[in-house]
Amino acid sequence: MIIRIELNEKPCSIEVDDPRVTLLDLLRERLNLTGTKKGCDRGQCGACTVLVDGRRINSCLTLAFSVDGRSVTTVEGLAKGGKLHPIQEVFISRDALQCGFCTPGQLMSAVGLANEMPLRNDPEQIREAMSGNLCRCGAYQGIVEAIMDYHGALSTDGATHETI
Amino acid sequence: MRGRHGSSVGQPLTRLDGHLKVTGAAVYAADNNPPGMLHAVMATSDIANGKVASLEIEAAKRHPGVVEVMTPDNRPPIADPAGPDAPFGWRLDVLQSDIVHYAKQPIAVVIATSLEAATEGAALLAPRYEEHSPVADFDTAETFAATAAGVFGPARDEMGNVETELHAATFRLDEVYDTPAQYHNPMEPHAIVASWDGDELTVDTPSQGLIMAQRRISDLFGIPLENIHVRSPFLGGGFGNKGFLAGPQILGILAARLVGKPVKLVMRRDQMYGPLGHRGRTQQRFQLGLDDDSKLVALNHTIKAATSIFDEFVEPAGKISQTLYASRAIATDHQAVPMHIGTPGFMRAPGEASGSAALEIAMDEAAFARGLDPLEFRLNNYAEVEPISGKPFSSKELRACYTQGAARFGWADRPLLPRQMRNEAGLLVGWGVGTATFPTLMFNGQARAVLTADGAATVETAAADMGQGAWTSFAQIAADSLGLSLDKVEFRAGSSKFPDAGIAGGSAHTATAGSAIHAAGRDLIAKLAAIAARDERSALHGTGNKDIVARDGRLYLREDEDRSDSYIDILGRAGLGEIRSDSKVGPDDPIRSDYAMHAHGAVFAEVLVDPELGQVRVSRLVGAFAAGAIINPRLVRSQYYGGMIWGLSFALHEEALIDHRSGRILNADLAGYHVPVNADVVSLEALIVDEYDPHVNALGAKGVGELGITGTVGAIANAVWHATGVRVRRYPIKITDLIDQPGRSI
Amino acid sequence: MKRFEYIRATSVAEATSAAMEQNAVFLAGGTNLVDLMKVGVSRPDRVIDISGLAELARVEFLPNGGVRIGALVLNTDLAYHPQFSRDYPSVAEALLSAASGQLRNAATAGGNILQKTRCSYFFDLASACNKRQPGAGCDARDGENHGLAILGWSLSCIATHPSDFAVPMVALDAVVEIDGISGHREVLLDAFYTLPGDYPERETVLQPGELVVAIRLPPEAKTFAQHSRYLKLRDRTSFAFALVSVAASLVVEEGMIRDARIALGGVALKPWRARAAETRLKGQVCSDTLFREAAEVALADARPSGNNAAKIELSRRLVVRALRVAEAGNTDQPRSLPGSVFAEQPKVSANG
Ligand SMILES: Cc1cc2nc3c(=O)[nH]c(=O)nc-3n(C[C@H](O)[C@H](O)[C@H](O)COP(=O)(O)OP(=O)(O)OC[C@H]3O[C@@H](n4cnc5c(N)ncnc54)[C@H](O)[C@@H]3O)c2cc1C
Ligand code: SF4
Ligand code: FES
Ligand code: FES
Repeated sequence: MIIRIELNEKPCSIEVDDPRVTLLDLLRERLNLTGTKKGCDRGQCGACTVLVDGRRINSCLTLAFSVDGRSVTTVEGLAKGGKLHPIQEVFISRDALQCGFCTPGQLMSAVGLANEMPLRNDPEQIREAMSGNLCRCGAYQGIVEAIMDYHGALSTDGATHETI
Repeated sequence: MRGRHGSSVGQPLTRLDGHLKVTGAAVYAADNNPPGMLHAVMATSDIANGKVASLEIEAAKRHPGVVEVMTPDNRPPIADPAGPDAPFGWRLDVLQSDIVHYAKQPIAVVIATSLEAATEGAALLAPRYEEHSPVADFDTAETFAATAAGVFGPARDEMGNVETELHAATFRLDEVYDTPAQYHNPMEPHAIVASWDGDELTVDTPSQGLIMAQRRISDLFGIPLENIHVRSPFLGGGFGNKGFLAGPQILGILAARLVGKPVKLVMRRDQMYGPLGHRGRTQQRFQLGLDDDSKLVALNHTIKAATSIFDEFVEPAGKISQTLYASRAIATDHQAVPMHIGTPGFMRAPGEASGSAALEIAMDEAAFARGLDPLEFRLNNYAEVEPISGKPFSSKELRACYTQGAARFGWADRPLLPRQMRNEAGLLVGWGVGTATFPTLMFNGQARAVLTADGAATVETAAADMGQGAWTSFAQIAADSLGLSLDKVEFRAGSSKFPDAGIAGGSAHTATAGSAIHAAGRDLIAKLAAIAARDERSALHGTGNKDIVARDGRLYLREDEDRSDSYIDILGRAGLGEIRSDSKVGPDDPIRSDYAMHAHGAVFAEVLVDPELGQVRVSRLVGAFAAGAIINPRLVRSQYYGGMIWGLSFALHEEALIDHRSGRILNADLAGYHVPVNADVVSLEALIVDEYDPHVNALGAKGVGELGITGTVGAIANAVWHATGVRVRRYPIKITDLIDQPGRSI
Repeated sequence: MKRFEYIRATSVAEATSAAMEQNAVFLAGGTNLVDLMKVGVSRPDRVIDISGLAELARVEFLPNGGVRIGALVLNTDLAYHPQFSRDYPSVAEALLSAASGQLRNAATAGGNILQKTRCSYFFDLASACNKRQPGAGCDARDGENHGLAILGWSLSCIATHPSDFAVPMVALDAVVEIDGISGHREVLLDAFYTLPGDYPERETVLQPGELVVAIRLPPEAKTFAQHSRYLKLRDRTSFAFALVSVAASLVVEEGMIRDARIALGGVALKPWRARAAETRLKGQVCSDTLFREAAEVALADARPSGNNAAKIELSRRLVVRALRVAEAGNTDQPRSLPGSVFAEQPKVSANG
């Protein structure tokens, strides 16, 4: 089957001969877009998070055939024209990453969550909304701060980390 | 070296590799797709004890896309994987036979043109076994006296006479604490992409010790070191289980050899619960004896720890009892419990994490029994010298950690009795404290610095960045040691082509590789100064044995900074295209044997507990840590946060559940094996306490990667007790532990 | 994963007729099915992708005051639907307490109620499991079973149903609409699920080839809008299955309970409706004593299926708490930690 998707705002069509291929493996193994990571392959870690039609999903549990005709955004599609997306900037400034392996998924999740719910100035809401993205290095606090920054509202409670 | 104005060291720089990591451009092992590459998938054992009787190899091969099945019958030959060259003699399971010693042991590798085909090929092998019942129940398994605690430590040690002291003590505590089997679970599963070109091998694989990996491959495959190129620019977390090459990584290389094509082998998450090591299950008994002044007179720490039936690694939980609190007599004893499991190994803060988890509860219990505030009790038993050895500490600002942490936390308001505090929502609130400590280690390390005629430098060492920030902090050290600004230094790491940086483990990478970088830079500057001193045209002519300062690409005479010369001019006049220096540092510095070297900290925890339902949430963690000089406070704080979250994880979440009949781990994934999610981490603070240490290494820096776990575990457990009045002596503390205590439940 | 034939259905009729083939399955969000296929528990020959059936992706508010949720409505969309979440707050809360943001974006209403148990022996192909392989035995019985059933279990299977969404839906008398080649039928969600009995391989009354097209809530379901809550106890603050959960809905007039609904999750192979407890509450004045009595009644038949007696007491306590917070009523402000005991400001008496 020929899969046609809009990939990071560009049309992409690729012949896939095997219905078992997941969107994650399509990206990583067949399109060489390896920014999206595989941490568990079972929907349990969030490393594979991408946006499909603007919504974040686990690409490891999505068959590539199922996204035919839809638009897919990966971490490679965040920066435009060599300029980092604001969420990428704040992840760096808040040190919201250590090993960086969960980071692409965290970023896509951070961008996607705003499309799901009305955001309040509430770190608790961000923590809950980001709980599908495990970070074994433990960068959670920086991640929440970065997302609060990104969504334009730094909270007072919880975010006790002093900016250095 | 303390941070000084204008220098890179001590500055809270953001990560230099941040850009690569946020754009997806950082290349991790499994991101490599060389042309013609095949996919390999392991089949692993379903039984824990017995042998593989048959495999449906033909069925697998018939599956479209499957190219080859590697089994003990056709696996290319290599040297004995448990031979004398093996690190600590530990065996690797690389299909040397059909015997199975633990569940998830690799039993075959299927190689195919696609990942999907290889995966299904592995499933089609449908192994049949001759199964024997495994030893899988820690509580009923037999024990033997361990030969070592961990790999170096004495299995038993005694200072003073514990028995006599216990007998004479005014107060005695005797309790048993359990810690579960835990698995590293870095977010990046182990992966390897191996390409052979004749007898030359290139491998992309995450490694915390690249040169060691290179050597291991050389030994196993009998090919010269220079033929092997190991690349590991980024690791998606290591935490100890990417220290030594594991069996599956060797299998990837073997698979590539077998099919004569590049092969990628990525472990499935469930497969990481077997051959990669883990933090072994322990049961620890503490007998504490106190005198009238509530000073420890006896500390008897007996550890039972799981090991595999074929190798010995016993969690060195007793180490901490020898170094943390003063006591007239101290004894530690490690017993091994051989089971049909993969051999345990080093996992973030090996020994100290489990030991501290138990010791800190015991200390808390003793304090309460004596009617003392737990912090006061710890201060009362403060060790002024290292208890087991009597050596002075090279530095120890633990008192300042206690004081600053307590002040920040508001500890002074803590009621002595449990179950006294509620929040406005009616939830029980509890406060607990734990002491953090981790030894300051150092390994052998090397680095190379090259200064070129344009005044720029490259610094190389085979260091590994697994998230601790090596790309950044090492570049800072390099720049400072060379007297250059950061943008004039290219720092290279993550490849076995560079000098040996030792292992990124034991919280010693900065001490080791950082010191090597520092030494290479310092030596290079000395060479440069010597050239200038000999050069009549230099303003520094004749300054041979005088103090020279290197700054911003110039050398200055310290006593007269008007006399200076630039690197470019010095090299230019000498007609040199470049100068270089190679450094070598190691732990054998005699000064290291005169002092006890440890980092310390104090962790304060606040938990909320539902008074009827027992669900726990850690609402606040404040840690105050003293670890010598800080290269980059932003990165160090992140390390502390990470460690504290690991502590939280240990206290409340992590536990591998093993079926006692089959020996299989039932939650070998990331849904059933819990690690904290974002919502579990509410508020972290890490105070960096000033500590000057002239002895540990040239940088004055101690390790920070593992320190944060220790102390935190106990602080949380003690806070849960303080909230509820229920003392749980097993980890992780779960809802049912708080509900299900007959007569004492909440 | 076994190779399979992939069919993308363009109509319900096409889907149901394609599903008459041996060993065919429907694929909705795939978050459960693809997982089970990866593990090897499910090895279909034909996968019928129904995710493109737009007519099943609608939420319709019915003239009679009820609501019809298309089987393909995404968990996220339903939970954040302004009118739906206002009318059925416990359902929205249950949806948002489940899984993760990413999973809820893919998971559908139909797929959610049809997800399989999380019993670890069911997932472990090397273990004996009657549900996977009828007659093989049940390794959970003498194994790691602290999280398994305390109600409605049989000697052949002691697993639990993991859905959060289904719990308040059972409480509110949801009806499942089913299409098959032999026509359309409707079943109460409570009756849709079967208990393990001697046939643990069955979980629902769905016949081969039958497709769930919608789930309906009857008109009276929204009379509980002011006092409907879902509470979920779990071993981490988020992204964990329930140890026990309770959906509690009340109609309270001047302190008097006019109507009550209670269902428990994580305690049986289906969401457990506690009708006798509901009866106990009706017509009574809200009080802790009453709630405790209701909890006793709700768990009267509970017995441990293994090493899980603690769950019984925990369930009782959670019923009491859920009733208490339901009585306290819903707020307009969405909760930051849906379903969590840390989500609110309960009035808790000392030592419960
Ligand atoms: C890591 C993880 C954590 C999770 N945590 C939770 C949790 O806390 N609480 C919770 O409730 N759930 C949880 N889930 C489960 C998740 O909610 C379900 O996987 C999801 O709801 C299933 O919906 P789906 O559309 O993806 O179904 P699919 O996976 O597509 O289908 C599930 C099953 O239903 C069948 N099916 C689907 N649609 C129809 C239909 N219309 N008619 C007939 N048959 C149909 C399929 O054939 C399949 O057998 C979790 C899942 C994962 C992976
Ligand atoms: S409890 Fe049910 S699902 Fe679990 S092993 Fe037994 S039969 Fe299978
Ligand atoms: S890889 Fe998809 S959730 Fe882990
Ligand atoms: S940064 Fe390493 S897992 Fe998140």
